[in-house]
Amino acid sequence: MTEINLTIEQKKFPKSSQPQAENIIADLNLNIHSGEFVCLIGPSGCGKTTLLNLVAGLDENYQGTIAFGAPRNDCRIGYVFQNPRLLPWRTVRENIELVLPHDTSGHTVDELLASMKLTAVQDTYPQRLSLGMSRRVALVRAFAINPDILLMDEPFVSLDAPTARKIRKQLITLWDQQQHTVLFVTHDLREAITLADRLIFLSSSPMTIVRDVKVTVPRAQRFNENQIEQFKNQLLSQYPDIHHLL
Amino acid sequence: MISTANPQRARYLAGLSLFVFILLWHGIASWLATPVLPDPIKVAEVLWSETHNGDLLHHLGMTLFRLTISFIIAMILGSALGILLGRTPTIDHFFDNWLIIFLNIPALVTIILCYVWFGLSEVAAILAVVVNKLPNVIVTLREGAKSLDKDLLEMAQSYRLSRKKILTQVIWPQLHPYFMAAARSGIALIWKIVLVVELLGRSDGMGFQLHLFFQLFDVASILAYTIAFITVIQVIEISVLKPLDHYGRRWQR
Repeated sequence: MTEINLTIEQKKFPKSSQPQAENIIADLNLNIHSGEFVCLIGPSGCGKTTLLNLVAGLDENYQGTIAFGAPRNDCRIGYVFQNPRLLPWRTVRENIELVLPHDTSGHTVDELLASMKLTAVQDTYPQRLSLGMSRRVALVRAFAINPDILLMDEPFVSLDAPTARKIRKQLITLWDQQQHTVLFVTHDLREAITLADRLIFLSSSPMTIVRDVKVTVPRAQRFNENQIEQFKNQLLSQYPDIHHLL
Repeated sequence: MISTANPQRARYLAGLSLFVFILLWHGIASWLATPVLPDPIKVAEVLWSETHNGDLLHHLGMTLFRLTISFIIAMILGSALGILLGRTPTIDHFFDNWLIIFLNIPALVTIILCYVWFGLSEVAAILAVVVNKLPNVIVTLREGAKSLDKDLLEMAQSYRLSRKKILTQVIWPQLHPYFMAAARSGIALIWKIVLVVELLGRSDGMGFQLHLFFQLFDVASILAYTIAFITVIQVIEISVLKPLDHYGRRWQR
């Protein structure tokens, strides 16, 4: 785990050198504590995925700095993309083993697979899995490297509600054990309240922080629907400006 | 449409069609009764005696040797260059015209030029074949390298996979179908060119023998050699290329 200090003055898309490039992120400052679970909430297409890509180091074409508590090369980053991005020519287990550092034992993978109920399909090729299963494999892959930073880009979108609820619980259990710093993108406010320590509301074009709110619902109450609903209503009445971001 | 679900029936049909082909050939040959179209029995006799005295095996061996060497060189070099061009737009734009030129030079021209410039040697012969096949491999692999899945490459990058892992586990499996396409069309193209190369400037191999039989008007021997060669190429296709292709697709639904 590590902290993240993020200052993005400007990020243009497609490329800053091109004349039609549009400013998609501007003046975004964000400090995330080590081990903190932060949800980014904003309208779709506002640049949340771009932000995660910047943190992951996939895109270096921006003005600003992104610093971790440790040198970048010492930080392990687990990234759960919006689509599972598994290699179709490797089995579930081989997909996970591909990204593992050499010092990881097979035991870790066994445990993770079991916790996500994937043990039975570990030797199956991804194309034979349902989307829900593929998403779970992608989660196991991200957890298996024991990341310092976990980036999650709407990982539960298009899952049916019971499955999503189950996986959210598993996610929190694993996060409790490993205490990674989590950046979680969603546009589902209830999901965000269920999971996060802190909610960051983002506006679109250019993306910048509108509100930064701590979730005060105790962890033990997080899977109590009424508590979540109550906190959500309280948020919406307290900050009417976040309405149009949802 | 006739169902091909029954493999036994499919095999029976394949055998039957071959039998009908030979029967037809025999019928036409006996009806015409001309020395320029020998019947299948005569050809089989020549095939047997040529195999027995070792001539056929020697020449077939030489041709296969040239085919293998030039195939390997063309595939390795062509894949490397194809991937390079597919991944680097600047180099690709620069060399695009060169590729078009090389793709359109008639095989005969490269063969003649290679012999004129480098002499009637084994190296010139193999070079001529490689130059003929290379642009084809480059173009096919370039298309593959251009259509690599960006999502998977990003995944590999964010999980900091080593260059070796990225190449062998992420990139290569995506190029495999393109490589197989290049290999299959490659063998079909190369063996035809090898024969011309041998005909023009070598003193052994299938091409040389066919040239000899042509001068003697020995059609039975020409057909016997052709049958032997087609058989060998089919064996390579069935025993090497098909299993490789199958292995590459094992993960597909």
